[in-house]
Amino acid sequence: MRYSPAAGIGWVISRCAGLGKKYGLEWWILVAGAIIILAIVSMALFAGSIAPFSPYDQDTGPQLAPPGGEHLMGTDNLQRDVWSRIVHGSRTILRVAVLAAIISSVLGITLGLISGFSGGFFDRVLSLVMDSVYSFPGLILAIALAAMLGPGVINITLSVAVIYIPTYFRLVRGQTLSIKEELYVEAAKAIGASGSTILWQYIFPNVIATTVVVFTLNVADAIMIEAALTYLGLGLPPSIVDWGMDLSMGKKFLPSGQWWLITFPGAMISLLAVGFTMLGEGLAEILNPRLLER
Amino acid sequence: MVFILLSIVFVVLRIMPGDPVSSMLGGHAPESVIEQKKEALGLNRPIALQYLHYLWQICRLDLGDSMVFKQRVTKAIAEKIPATIELTICGILITLFLGVFLGAYAADRRGMVQDYVIRLYGIVVYCIPVFWMGLMLQLIFGIWLDMLPIAGRTGPRVFASTFEKTGLYVLDTILVRDFSALGDVLIHLVLPAFTLGLVLSGIFVRLTRANMLDVLKADYITAAEARGIRHRKIVYKHALKNAFIPILTMMGLQIALLMAGAVLTETTFSWPGMGRLLLERIYLRDYPTIQGVIIMIALIVAMASLIVDIIYAIVDPRVRY
Repeated sequence: MRYSPAAGIGWVISRCAGLGKKYGLEWWILVAGAIIILAIVSMALFAGSIAPFSPYDQDTGPQLAPPGGEHLMGTDNLQRDVWSRIVHGSRTILRVAVLAAIISSVLGITLGLISGFSGGFFDRVLSLVMDSVYSFPGLILAIALAAMLGPGVINITLSVAVIYIPTYFRLVRGQTLSIKEELYVEAAKAIGASGSTILWQYIFPNVIATTVVVFTLNVADAIMIEAALTYLGLGLPPSIVDWGMDLSMGKKFLPSGQWWLITFPGAMISLLAVGFTMLGEGLAEILNPRLLER
Repeated sequence: MVFILLSIVFVVLRIMPGDPVSSMLGGHAPESVIEQKKEALGLNRPIALQYLHYLWQICRLDLGDSMVFKQRVTKAIAEKIPATIELTICGILITLFLGVFLGAYAADRRGMVQDYVIRLYGIVVYCIPVFWMGLMLQLIFGIWLDMLPIAGRTGPRVFASTFEKTGLYVLDTILVRDFSALGDVLIHLVLPAFTLGLVLSGIFVRLTRANMLDVLKADYITAAEARGIRHRKIVYKHALKNAFIPILTMMGLQIALLMAGAVLTETTFSWPGMGRLLLERIYLRDYPTIQGVIIMIALIVAMASLIVDIIYAIVDPRVRY
């Protein structure tokens, strides 16, 4: 059979609708979230061809021009095109948020697994440290870290990553503790499997499923922390295009009524966070069959 | 918990690049002056000694002197803390009112349009960065409609020194019966408090809705329906009372989020509280003040969860410690 793109799309849509019937509203929340994320990710990937101007170009038109005409979202005080800066800025925020979530999930899951599996003094000390970090306002910790590390993409990523390690740690440790008592783990022990085999082949696969949801929601949170840090002027050097920094620059023009400088970057931050939250929410409801029974 | 945090903060502040002496004296001070200043501040001693000295200070409830300004850290914090408390209390009241009411309503109308709209509101509002919400409210109500002030705690014609006692301006103005000042203080509070309250209300909508759904399935609700009590009374009196208990426990956990939100709200609205103090001093690398503020925030969070536990025991007679 010859492949036709229309039939392909039709198949995807019918599958989506079928799943939609099965899972109801939650599925559509998931799809909506995925579409938002896909749109913004492709914006980041093809930034060069989507943006009409360079984000650094300081001669795109009149100063502080309102949205309309050649400038979809107006221009800022340095005559840069706001829409081009938004398109390019998506790269920074996505990179930082996703990378931070990956770093904290890898560290948190590993530590949680080892801590829960081995127990003892190491487990107690680590749990205590993680609990105290967890109960402290994450943003304030990130502010302190970012300020001390100085501006830079890697530094801001690390500052954001640190505050989410306890989230994964607590989740994974708790699950490890309960899975450790399961019969199949005991069976593995009985046939002489080593500690690391049990940990990585028997416990790890059972733990990883729930962390997927946490990961998605974590990215949404990390987006807002990243934006907050750069808004406060802590995270990045001024040469990098970023939504949070555009927002703090636009803030100065608020009293004189240049609304487009703050409206669009902020709306994009919210939209991206909404996308990841919806994806996470949808996944949570679909992956958790207990909720579907209701 | 507080102890571990302050140890972490101590270590992090010291191993990171940048030091308060160079930011105090500028980058071009002669070497001898820098050394002298470091000696005076005790920065030349071994880290372990500095740490022990620091712990001993805290045991005496002394947070030390600011390294940059001639000022006790405790005094700097004491000046700023009432503003933060006033803001957070108002914020949480708005959050509770909005979140609990909308959540209960959504649970009552489960599966209907209102339910979906409110749930969507919960998700969207949670995803709006606090500072952007603040900026947009400033833009709409402060600039376009020109109804509300967008910065500070009082207007230019109101002098805080005439009524300041506790630092909680709302309370102070009532105490001295200066009602024109009270009005001024209140309108300055509207936008920051709503910013904080709206953003946090998303979480409470979800919490309340989930808890209400559980409670509405309980036998005593069916019993109440059977006795012919009005539906509205059952939902908002019988059910909400019981759903409120788990919400209260969650509230203790949200205090951390509230404090983080307060920092951002304060910067957006030029609100002279602890968050602004923290940021200002971070730029100056004033270690004692940064440590002090972080300890204070940790204390507030710890105390708030203790208070929530106590209220929990009072509200729910089934809980006995």
